[in-house]
Amino acid sequence: MLNAITLLLVFQLAGEVIARGLGIPLPGPVLGMALLFVALILRGGPGKNLQATANGLLGHLSLLFVPAGAGIMLHADRLASEWQALLAALVISTLAALAVSALVLTVILRRRGSGS
Amino acid sequence: MIRHDFSGLWVYLSASPLLGLTLTLIAYLGAWQLHRRTGGHPLVNPVLIAVLVLVGVLWATETPYDTYFDGAQFVHFLLGPATVALAIPLYGQLQRLRAMAIPLGITLLCGAATAIVVAWGAGAVLGASEASLISLAPKSVTTPIAMAVAEALGGLPSLTAALVIMTGIFGAMVAQGLFRLLGTRDPAVQGFAMGLAAHGIGTARAFQISAETGAFAALAMATNGLLTALLTPWLLPWLSRWFA
Repeated sequence: MLNAITLLLVFQLAGEVIARGLGIPLPGPVLGMALLFVALILRGGPGKNLQATANGLLGHLSLLFVPAGAGIMLHADRLASEWQALLAALVISTLAALAVSALVLTVILRRRGSGS
Repeated sequence: MIRHDFSGLWVYLSASPLLGLTLTLIAYLGAWQLHRRTGGHPLVNPVLIAVLVLVGVLWATETPYDTYFDGAQFVHFLLGPATVALAIPLYGQLQRLRAMAIPLGITLLCGAATAIVVAWGAGAVLGASEASLISLAPKSVTTPIAMAVAEALGGLPSLTAALVIMTGIFGAMVAQGLFRLLGTRDPAVQGFAMGLAAHGIGTARAFQISAETGAFAALAMATNGLLTALLTPWLLPWLSRWFA
């Protein structure tokens, strides 16, 4: 468990250092995930420890967004003045992005399936 | 005397990180119980309920957000290692990812462009200010990327953070209803759309459906973060011309 957490933090740190050092417009943790993914491919998969720790962390991933979510209270004033436009744009564009992605991927996969 | 002791205790506790941290966990566990008791209904979103409870408590006790966050930051910090850990379920889908690389790439490009262009267009038509539009454009990607994009382009990063969270919660709530309407059953397709449109919160929801759905959501979240960071600055001049 301690090994696995340390490993995750090392990859996060490496992502942070590379992103800042090379001026890549990506957060350190996302780059760290990419690095760990490559490392797993090279090593041929995660060990038992790492697998268990990842399952534990990801099992309640939703919890980790709660503190940032409560930050919405800081924007009460700004949201109050433009909330209709912002909320409508948010709802429409999120539905559109979900629908377009689902439909495009379904169509391509189906066409591929029937072609091969 | 008792009253005095209580206020003394309150002053002590409200200055320590213990209260913010404990409150976050209690609010989340309560929301999670409610979510489970409704059979995991997507409209009973644990993030939304926990946030509403916390904002209510902080508002009622006149606690500033910064004081709360001193405690809650310990939970917030775990987002970093948890994001790194997404590589593990992603690796579990390696064979399928290899086989589907090109369809996923095309979908990513279409979905990312849709999220940005429709958000801007709808907001502009409805009369949102330019600063709000820039803050809104990157709202489908994970908070740190979206904030960096908004800041670089002259938006309001803190507003972006709020819009990103709202997008994630909304996407997680409606995704399965929309998929039913569209007849989308493939877990890979569902997951990819959820991670693309609703970043980490959509991914968290996808993991509640199945590990496969979650893995494709994680992939879409990561790649859309990268693509939106590159695409938004490039699309911005066109958008402000089209919807002037």
